[in-house]
Amino acid sequence: MKITGCVLIAFLLLLPGIASADDAVYRYPIDDSYAATILGTPQNLRTELSGKVPVQTLTLKTDLEKPDIFFYDHGLRYTVAFQDRKAPLIFLIAGTGGSSKSSRMLALINNLYHAGFHVVALPSPTSSNFIINASTSHVPGNLTDDAADLYQAMEQIWRVSGERIEVSDFYLAGYSLGGTEAAFVAKLDEERKVFDFRRVMMINPAVSLYNSVTKIEGLLDGIPGGPRRIGAFFNQVVAKSTDFYRKGDYVAVDDDFLYAAYEAQLLNRNETGGLIAVSFRIGSAGMIFTSDAMTNGGYVIPKHKVLKNSDSLGDYLWTCLHLSFLDYFNEYYCPHFQRVRPELTRDELIGSLSLKKIEDYLTASNRIGVITNEDDFILAPGEIDYLRRVFGSRIKVYPSGGHLGNLEYRDNMAFLIDWLRPATR
Amino acid sequence: MSRYIIRVSITLGLALYLTGCAANNAYLAPEIPPMHTVGEFGDDESVSRTNDPWEGFNKSMYKFNYQFDRFVFLPIVGAYEAAVPEVAQSGVSNFFSNIGEVRTFYNCLLQAKGKKSLVTLGRFLANSTIGIGGLFDPASSFGWRQQHETFGTTLETWGVRTGPYLVLPVLGPSTVRDAGGFAVDAAVRWEVVSSIDPFGGTGARSEIETGITALEAVDLRHREKFRYYESDYPFEYYMVRYLVSEKRELNILR
Repeated sequence: MKITGCVLIAFLLLLPGIASADDAVYRYPIDDSYAATILGTPQNLRTELSGKVPVQTLTLKTDLEKPDIFFYDHGLRYTVAFQDRKAPLIFLIAGTGGSSKSSRMLALINNLYHAGFHVVALPSPTSSNFIINASTSHVPGNLTDDAADLYQAMEQIWRVSGERIEVSDFYLAGYSLGGTEAAFVAKLDEERKVFDFRRVMMINPAVSLYNSVTKIEGLLDGIPGGPRRIGAFFNQVVAKSTDFYRKGDYVAVDDDFLYAAYEAQLLNRNETGGLIAVSFRIGSAGMIFTSDAMTNGGYVIPKHKVLKNSDSLGDYLWTCLHLSFLDYFNEYYCPHFQRVRPELTRDELIGSLSLKKIEDYLTASNRIGVITNEDDFILAPGEIDYLRRVFGSRIKVYPSGGHLGNLEYRDNMAFLIDWLRPATR
Repeated sequence: MSRYIIRVSITLGLALYLTGCAANNAYLAPEIPPMHTVGEFGDDESVSRTNDPWEGFNKSMYKFNYQFDRFVFLPIVGAYEAAVPEVAQSGVSNFFSNIGEVRTFYNCLLQAKGKKSLVTLGRFLANSTIGIGGLFDPASSFGWRQQHETFGTTLETWGVRTGPYLVLPVLGPSTVRDAGGFAVDAAVRWEVVSSIDPFGGTGARSEIETGITALEAVDLRHREKFRYYESDYPFEYYMVRYLVSEKRELNILR
């Protein structure tokens, strides 16, 4: 009896040990994929970083002819954080519409700098700044072309930074669309060998751009009145949030406020999904307008119109916000590329916007890895299985996190750094 | 000789400019309507309710502020941040922010906001004494949150309408009402300072006052993280206009 008691006590004492062994269970706290995408990772669950990071935003000057309304744009803007000693260098590619200093980018820059990397962050090829300065066609979306433009920008940056820093070897990562693009850049590097990337990580990439865009646009089907009523929908969400703000004791519209709204279930799933799609539309509006202005495409701006800074752009904004990515693809993107290569069919163009186009390379290369989530809603049914099949042991799929919600979660960041780092030792 | 060179260059430059114009004019093709126009989307509810009849002027001022920031303001702020230790920078910020409590205080009184005016008075007294003339902010650690009231919000509570959106030179986005409020607050402050006349005995009153005003402006820009056109978004003007008016509405709710 006594022995049994001792065993029992010993067992109980062991329990915390067992519980901590159980820590392997993933503990990212937000189960809802849309809420996770909007809220990201609570501050206390991110990796604690101390000390300043020497973040600098620099410009690759271009003397290119551009409309007067872009007078403030002086060249491609990229963000760096350099070590003061010899270190590996990682290039980062932002997601759709993102600048080199978007909040997700800054999170990656800070964490990777602390892990000992020189970091060079590039804007997304779908951002206005890239479309104006670094895109050869000024029409973003073609993965092969965009990868070539990205590669050229990286080479130019390396040429000007190479004197400032000592680099041991090169790495590459991108998130969302930037993840998909990273794969195409890696493939190009396999031929060009300028950087000879040791490892490449795709974070929450799209498999097929067309499928992902269709899925995101589909989120607007759930709002009252459908996609044509995004203005009314947005006003309604703002009114609800303002009301919630007024009733509570909030200092500002910050993370705490958003968490409180989430916990109070202020918005339903159709509304959170709709908000994600609206924020996507805000990004795509900038992309459509900039591309049209740069190519004189006559899509939303009258052909041959010379826009001046004092001209109102409000109507263009409203028009672009109401055009979907699919409109852009069918009415602007396809005709543009079919003018250059008339033999291309629409299906071929859709096919070229997919990782499947470089599947053989992805299967064979052991340098490329993927981090994604089971509930990442930009992936169409079957695409996670496809990724698993292609990447085998080089893929990590987390059970939750939505689209990039868990990017900053400490387990995710640690995994990313560990995956890149073995090669640096 | 040099006069001759100048004359030749001017003539040459003028000739090139004129031919350039001619070439440009020849190049201009007639405008063709685009595939999509705003008329197609008139059935949706408008999001922005900001009244902006002077948009052309405002956009020019927005551009001016960007240029002013780029060539004048930010280089000075950058030099200030590089030269002055961070502890001193936050001391300067606290000092001016403490002076700002006076403005909040009388505006709270004018709006009959009892609790807010007490908190503000408490903050001012605590920070001016324990906080050594406002260089430190112990009041915040007591949980006394800083309040913000201006004569613009006072006018709002008195029922004065917002008026058109107005981008002010250097100061940035505002409205006609808030710009008026700002002028009143500035006048009150000028009156107070000249009646106390703290630098009257120094013999260099205007130099010192100019120096303090300049430091305050630098500190204000140093504290404001916003940078014109940093978003790289072609519709930034509209985003800022929307966010500024939303923020104003939320502030009024407090």
